[in-house]
Amino acid sequence: MTYKMSGDDLYVYLYGEFDDSVAKTIRENIDMLIDSFVFSRLVIDMREVSFMDSTGIGVLLGRYKKLRSLGRKLSVKNVNFQVDKVFSMCGIYDIVSKL
Amino acid sequence: MNYFKMQLPALDCNEKFARSALAAFCVEAAPTLEEIGDVKTAVSEAVTNVVVHAYDKENPGEIFLEAYLDANEIKIVIKDNGVGIADVEKALEPFYSTKSDDERSGMGFTVMQTFMDKVSVVSKEGEGTTVELVKRFGDKQ
Ligand SMILES: Nc1ncnc2c1ncn2[C@@H]1O[C@H](COP(=O)(O)OP(=O)(O)O)[C@@H](O)[C@H]1O
Ligand SMILES: [Mg+2]
Repeated sequence: MTYKMSGDDLYVYLYGEFDDSVAKTIRENIDMLIDSFVFSRLVIDMREVSFMDSTGIGVLLGRYKKLRSLGRKLSVKNVNFQVDKVFSMCGIYDIVSKL
Repeated sequence: MNYFKMQLPALDCNEKFARSALAAFCVEAAPTLEEIGDVKTAVSEAVTNVVVHAYDKENPGEIFLEAYLDANEIKIVIKDNGVGIADVEKALEPFYSTKSDDERSGMGFTVMQTFMDKVSVVSKEGEGTTVELVKRFGDKQ
């Protein structure tokens, strides 16, 4: 995972297959970034994510709730077809915007 | 008719192996990329459920995986000898999870039902769970 600040946005770049075996690491790393930076929107860039299942939905909803309690927003970007299908059917786009 | 059967420890490193093995196996039926993605996602859900819910972490049991390919239809069986599901009907509901404290979404079974043509779940408390997934390739053409 890499990250960068861009204006008011914190960008996080995820890689590989986002499943149960890596969920804990991804969650802890994103939370550490959330706690260390001042920003108004977290953008998760998924260009390099080739696979995700409902475990990823749980992690994203968890980050959404954490950010909401801090008054910050969450967006996702560059979602591939398979990941997009999982996001759509779980209704993620009702609360997390796609850039 | 082609088939395979395998048995592997319920460890999280086997989630990727299991879904990739299934994706490779169904290539023979010439599925579209979307159909392969659907099978991969559904298998990942079922196998992850065995790893996460069926056994206690200190004492992981086994995942029993079988697949049968007949013309344009694949049937996949994912079985465990774990704790079982007390109320299957409830477990199938969207957003229902007994591990929501661990940020499980409760959408696993809903994903399986959306991505596959048929999903059946048979479970007995204290004995284990069997999930059967069926998909027909080329339905949309
Ligand atoms: N193989 C299994 N063994 C025991 N319980 C299971 C199994 N698969 C699913 N469950 C139960 O069904 C519930 C719903 O499963 P699912 O829809 O995949 O949601 P999640 O995995 O996010 O909790 C789980 O929370 C768990 O209680
Ligand atoms: Mg699940």
